[in-house]
Amino acid sequence: MTGFPSVSEGQLDALREAGNIGAAHAATALSAMLGSRVDMSVPSVRIAGFEEVTGLFGEEEISCAVLLQLKGDVPGTMFFLLPLDEANELTSLLLGGAEVDLNQEPMPEMGASALNEAGNILSGSYLSALSDFTGLNLQPTPPAVACDMTMALLSYGLAEVSMYGDYALLIDTSISLKEKSDSLKGTFLLLPDPDGIQSLFEALGVSI
Amino acid sequence: MKEVIKVGMADLQFAGAPATLRTSGLGSCVGIIMYDETMQYGGMAHIMLPDSSAAREQKVNRAKYADTACSDLYSHLLAEGCPKYRLKAKMAGGAEMFQFSSGSSAARIGPRNVDAVKRALAELRVPVLFEDTGGNSGRTIEFAPADGSLEIRTVNKGVVKV
Repeated sequence: MTGFPSVSEGQLDALREAGNIGAAHAATALSAMLGSRVDMSVPSVRIAGFEEVTGLFGEEEISCAVLLQLKGDVPGTMFFLLPLDEANELTSLLLGGAEVDLNQEPMPEMGASALNEAGNILSGSYLSALSDFTGLNLQPTPPAVACDMTMALLSYGLAEVSMYGDYALLIDTSISLKEKSDSLKGTFLLLPDPDGIQSLFEALGVSI
Repeated sequence: MKEVIKVGMADLQFAGAPATLRTSGLGSCVGIIMYDETMQYGGMAHIMLPDSSAAREQKVNRAKYADTACSDLYSHLLAEGCPKYRLKAKMAGGAEMFQFSSGSSAARIGPRNVDAVKRALAELRVPVLFEDTGGNSGRTIEFAPADGSLEIRTVNKGVVKV
């Protein structure tokens, strides 16, 4: 296969539904973890230029990301991404209210570990829901966490995709805590490699 | 007011003093600067991958790969009248943003990019006067052709000017 696949409106709809199911399960998992209500946004699915992907939270704004690389039927990259303040707040909630600042070198161990595990559970429930829905074999690698310029973090996930063109298929869904809907919002970004996109389409029954 | 020319991801731009060249959020990507200090003119590329022969796109974006970007910086500067012997290079980036506990070889794309840039510059015989590469921090860089200085900003170490 050469180049980036072209994607129809029907295929985007199918991916939107897949993103919906994934994020709904992740929202349930977060809700169970924190014992509070969690809302989710309608997923946005689109073919986006690199500038759009990396500019999602501002290029130089600091974000925290938990990254999982996907193997199996849909190779690609998955990010659970939060702006720094919100990552600090989520981590603090997970640690029972202790003050947390993840933007240190090196990252404070307890905080990094809590956020890493939360990202792992959330992304894991997203992916297992997606796997149940599509019958695809999705194998995430162990997660890794980092806090830095958003663009620097996301570019890691784009390197692989960039062999095929200057675009990525972006499945973007947010979940937010009900009582903190203005201040705490995490975003899932699923960036399948072009080969992975074709497998996804076939499994969803919308291949060309 | 001085003009700042933005270099996007997988992009390549040139500027003469007093304008400056700037690229944001270098992670595993590498920012390459090639310049002639006497003519106060230079170019910057923001590359993502080491080798254009791995490209699977129909039309290769030459600014995305270490080998083609170095070669385009070089030929453009020569075409602008910069003599070969005065060309110098600086580079920054090539970090590993994520540390995987499994120690998997997961691409290690940052260091591979750095090696590829050095190899390409060595073949062109353009000396690298300065590099700030590797580590695990994102970098934003700004180059001033007027004096050949490079400003490197990271989240935790502030701004360094070289």
